[in-house]
Amino acid sequence: MAEVVTLNNSSAKASTATKPVAGPRGKKPRPMLSPRNIMIYGALLFAAAYYLLPLYVMVVTSLKGMPEIRLGNIFSPPVEITFEPWVKAWATACTGLNCDGLSRGFWNSVRITIPSTVISIAIASVNGYALANWRFKGADLFFTILIVGAFIPYQVMIYPIVIVLREMGLYGSLTGLIIVHTIFGMPILTLLFRNYFTSLPEELFKAARVDGAGFWTIYFKIMLPMSLPIFVVAMILQVTGIWNDFLFGVVFTRPEYYPMTVQLNNIVNSVQGVKEYNVNMAATILTGAVPLIVYFVSGRLFVRGIAAGAVKG
Amino acid sequence: MNTNSVSVRDLSLSFGAVTVLETLNLDVKDGEFLVLLGSSGCGKSTLLNCIAGLLDVSDGQIFIKDKNVTWEEPKDRGIGMVFQSYALYPQMTVEGNLSFGLKVAKLSQAEIDKRVARAAEILQIQPLLKRKPSELSGGQRQRVAIGRALVRDVDVFLFDEPLSNLDAKLRSELRVEIKRLHQSLKNTMIYVTHDQIEALTLADRIAVMKSGVIQQLADPMTIYNFPENLFVAGFIGSPSMNFFRGEIKDRGGRKVVEINGVDFAMDAYPARGPLEAGRKVVLGVRPEHVKVDEPGAEIHDAVVDIEEPMGADNLLWLKLAGQTISVRIAGARRYAPGTAVKLSFDMSMASVFDAATENRI
Repeated sequence: MAEVVTLNNSSAKASTATKPVAGPRGKKPRPMLSPRNIMIYGALLFAAAYYLLPLYVMVVTSLKGMPEIRLGNIFSPPVEITFEPWVKAWATACTGLNCDGLSRGFWNSVRITIPSTVISIAIASVNGYALANWRFKGADLFFTILIVGAFIPYQVMIYPIVIVLREMGLYGSLTGLIIVHTIFGMPILTLLFRNYFTSLPEELFKAARVDGAGFWTIYFKIMLPMSLPIFVVAMILQVTGIWNDFLFGVVFTRPEYYPMTVQLNNIVNSVQGVKEYNVNMAATILTGAVPLIVYFVSGRLFVRGIAAGAVKG
Repeated sequence: MNTNSVSVRDLSLSFGAVTVLETLNLDVKDGEFLVLLGSSGCGKSTLLNCIAGLLDVSDGQIFIKDKNVTWEEPKDRGIGMVFQSYALYPQMTVEGNLSFGLKVAKLSQAEIDKRVARAAEILQIQPLLKRKPSELSGGQRQRVAIGRALVRDVDVFLFDEPLSNLDAKLRSELRVEIKRLHQSLKNTMIYVTHDQIEALTLADRIAVMKSGVIQQLADPMTIYNFPENLFVAGFIGSPSMNFFRGEIKDRGGRKVVEINGVDFAMDAYPARGPLEAGRKVVLGVRPEHVKVDEPGAEIHDAVVDIEEPMGADNLLWLKLAGQTISVRIAGARRYAPGTAVKLSFDMSMASVFDAATENRI
């Protein structure tokens, strides 16, 4: 006991003796206005302003009335804020014969985007899982063909697909467009899922097989719960891709099923009457809002999913 | 009566043009602890995966408990497997990990609870049952992984380098636990490792593998003391066996191995056949079978080059017959570099290999 006490004493002495009295200690202070910081923040602010300026112009223009726009000061904030253009863009703007604004296109786009996204991700994730974990015969050939598909320009395939859809009786319908979106999403999504599943430890898959789990049990019970980030990545890719699609929407559907992008084009590019810049701007922001919201809500997961392949689990 | 638990018959496996295993035969006795030992890429893990049914074989047959399981699914083979990376399902609790296979097999909840409780008790992981694998240390994770094999109530356990991801202290602890587990369960265990200490300490028998071929299959002491060929002799033992290239000579009726003009008498060597004069050979002597400054049949002069004290042992590197040799002596005996010493070899424990065939003679 006595020994312990002396030991404690000596260690206490040692610590007081070695304690620094003067001189720098702890974290090194960094001045905010160092040349390094000015360079970094200056460059970042400039880049941010460069990209945000068009958005700013769109927003202020959409909140002005037409007389104010005609003055020509596109950067000046609105003197009199009006939401009239937004209401008009959504509910009463005319495209062709219809005068119910973008709302029709919005709901069409929703009815196209949701099934296309869900179906394409469901199929592609199973594809990727089979390619990564179940090395079936001809897997490499199948994968190569799929990847080649990703590099063929869409325009080449439009006419053949029109014929195929016509023969199936689906030309001009929403179902036809959903099938087209699902198929065209397949190469890149399959590649995405295959690479992600390949990056998961193979021994997990082996352990599940020894445990007696089959194809679907492993997929649903083992792989799916570990793959949320990559599903979010796929979801964002598909939602933004399909929502922003113009070409397929205008080619494969009838006017009453036109997606929002096609309607937007018809509003903005109308050659008759006055150019209602404020309505055009509001309509454009409305159309772009959905992918933006999707990204802001799940952006953090998106980055994680993209990085997941590089980080060891 | 056949008491083999696992039998591999003429097993071949190739990936495209690369042959990994070629007509390999192996019998594992009931209740035996067999270690597959070899450096990476020798096919030991591949062989284990074939036995588990995780790899389709190109040719040959696999029997487990006298049943041909060559084409059976892993779950139907009566095996449990433990992986190097633990391979615990990250989204499930320890309990979920242990019971997953049983739920897939649609066992009753009462039976599942019983088996999980028993495995948890054997491995002393009851306090961890509600935790996720990410909240466990490496040793605890591997214990859970062993438990997952345990609940399956199988005849054969397969271990694929289970301790390689652990630090040295945990490795030796868990090694003892695996040995204790084998002693109490008396299951057949096949254990893959590249660590010779694990192999020597755990195995009833060791199969030393190289390029998909079993070089020697014997109990650890036989492997250590009577290696069948030059590869096995060099692979087992740390520091490795001292090798000397020489030639057998006849000195008036006595057989010697002449190495750089120095004769080493072979009287005490348990040769398998006649040692013909003129045959080129490799003489192998383990570091602990060299005596330093002790009375011996034949004394050679050497000089201490480097001394490596390791506590219980003291490792000397000496110059003899133009070669560096390692010698293991008791830790208390110290030699300064440059000291002249007298050496003698314990030829009864030496190994002599044919220089051309590299096989023991």
